[in-house]
Amino acid sequence: MRRVGGGMIPRVLFELREVGLDRGGKTVLDALSAGIPEGATAIVGPSGAGKSTLLRLLNRLTDPDRGEIHYRGRPLRSYEPLALRREVGLVPQLPALLDGTVESNLRYAAGLAGEPLELEATLARAGLGPSFAERDVAKLSVGEQQRAMLARALAQRPRVLLLDEPTSALDHAARDTIEAALAELEISTVLVSHDPEQARRLSDWVLQLDRGRLVGCGPRAEVLA
Amino acid sequence: MIPLAAAATSIHVAVWQVAASLALVALAAAISFWQKADLERDIAVATGRSIVQLTLVGYAIKLIFEADTIWLVLALLAVMVLFGAITARHRAAKVPDSFRPLLIALALAGATTLGLVVALGIFEPTPRYLVPVGGMVIGNAMTASAVALNRLGDEMGDARPRIEATLALGATAREAAAPTVRRSLRSGMIALVDSTKTTGLIFFPGTMVGMLLAGASPTDAVRLQLILLYTLLGSVSISALTATLLAYRNFFTPAAQLRDPELEGSA
Repeated sequence: MRRVGGGMIPRVLFELREVGLDRGGKTVLDALSAGIPEGATAIVGPSGAGKSTLLRLLNRLTDPDRGEIHYRGRPLRSYEPLALRREVGLVPQLPALLDGTVESNLRYAAGLAGEPLELEATLARAGLGPSFAERDVAKLSVGEQQRAMLARALAQRPRVLLLDEPTSALDHAARDTIEAALAELEISTVLVSHDPEQARRLSDWVLQLDRGRLVGCGPRAEVLA
Repeated sequence: MIPLAAAATSIHVAVWQVAASLALVALAAAISFWQKADLERDIAVATGRSIVQLTLVGYAIKLIFEADTIWLVLALLAVMVLFGAITARHRAAKVPDSFRPLLIALALAGATTLGLVVALGIFEPTPRYLVPVGGMVIGNAMTASAVALNRLGDEMGDARPRIEATLALGATAREAAAPTVRRSLRSGMIALVDSTKTTGLIFFPGTMVGMLLAGASPTDAVRLQLILLYTLLGSVSISALTATLLAYRNFFTPAAQLRDPELEGSA
C-alpha cells in the first residue's frame, strides 16, 4: 500500500463539517461530518447513496447547500475555483473527451494547468502505450477512453485526484489495467466505488455512505471489516 | 442611392385584386379538406390575421411616412426589437433568462446594420428606406438568434458531461462551452448563408419579385436585392453571435459550475 506525505500521522486533506445538499426536494447529503486524509481514500455505498455528489463537492463542480468543506485547512470556497480544479482533478464516471486525438486532449489539459507535458510518461502512468498519442478519441474503446481521461487528468499534475467509479463501464481486463495504473499513482486519491472489493484493493481510508448519511469513516480495515 | 421611390409608385393594387387572390386560399383549404390534413382552420386564421396585421402595419407605415420624422421610425424599430425578442424567447425555452440576450442581440444587429448602410451612403436615413429595411433586418435577426439559442439549449443539455469534464480540468465557462457556442452560432447563420448561395437559381427573393412587379428595371431589382442579402448576412451574424455569447453565460454560476446539475443515478 502506498503512503503519501511520508509522516506517521497522515495530514487531513478534506474536512467535511455538517455538509448537506438537497435536489428536487430530496435530501441527497445529510449533515456529513468526516475527515479525508492524504493517501488513498474510497467512498463506498450502494447506488443513490450520494457518493458521486460528495465527490463533485470536493472540486466545487457543485457547492453544498449547508455546512462547509475545508481543503488543507482552508475553506474550499476561499480557493479560486479554476485553480482548485487544476490542483484537485476529477475523472468522471463516463469518459467525455474533447474531439481530436489523445495527445490534443492531454495538451489542452496541460496547457490549462500551465504545466509542460511529458507525453509518453503521462500516457504510461495511465496504462497507455506511446502509440495512443495520435489516436482519434472517437475511435477508442470505452476502456481506452477512460484511460485517456485518467492520462488527461494526470497531465495537469494534480496534487489530488478524484475518481468517480472509473471502472464501472469496463470489463475485467480493462478494469485491471486502470486499477494497476491507480495503484502506482503517488498522489492522494479519492475513489468512489460501489464495489467494496475494489475499495479494499485501492484505499487505506474509507467513507461509507447510505442514503446521504455517513455510516462509517475510518481505516479500511475497520470500516470494511 | 437606389431609385426605390420611383419604382414603388408605379403600381396600384385594387382591393378586388386582393379579394380575387383569396381564390388560392380557398384552393389551399380545399386541398387540406380533401386530404384530411386538418389545416382548414389554421388557413382561415392565418388568412384573417394576415389581412388585419398587414392592414394595420400599412396604416402605421403610411402615418410614419407622412410624419417623415426619424423619431417615429426609431420608435417603430424599437417595438419590432421588443416583439422580436419576446417571440424568439419561446423558441429558446431551454435557455435560462433568454430575453435579455435576445433583446440586446436584436437591438445591436438592427442598430449596427442600419447604421452602416446609412453611413456608407447606401440608403438615405428616411422612413421610406429605414422602415422596410429595418423590418427585414430585425425579422431575420430574430429568426437567426432564435435558431441559435434553440440549438444552444439542446446542445448544453446533450454536451453536459463533456462540459463538466472540461470544467473539472479548470477550464473557464467560456472555454468549456466554446464548441457548443460555435455549433449554435453556425446553426443560426447557416440558413441565410445557404439561401444566399442558391438565390436566383432555386428561388427569387421577395424584394426582387416586388420590385419587378412594381415595374422597376431588372438591374435595379437585382442590385437592391444584393444589397439587402448582404445587409441581412451582417444582421444575422451579429444577432446570432451576440445572443449565443450572452446566453451561454446563463448556464453557469459565477464559480464556473453548470447550473441545476441533474444528479447522476449512481450518486
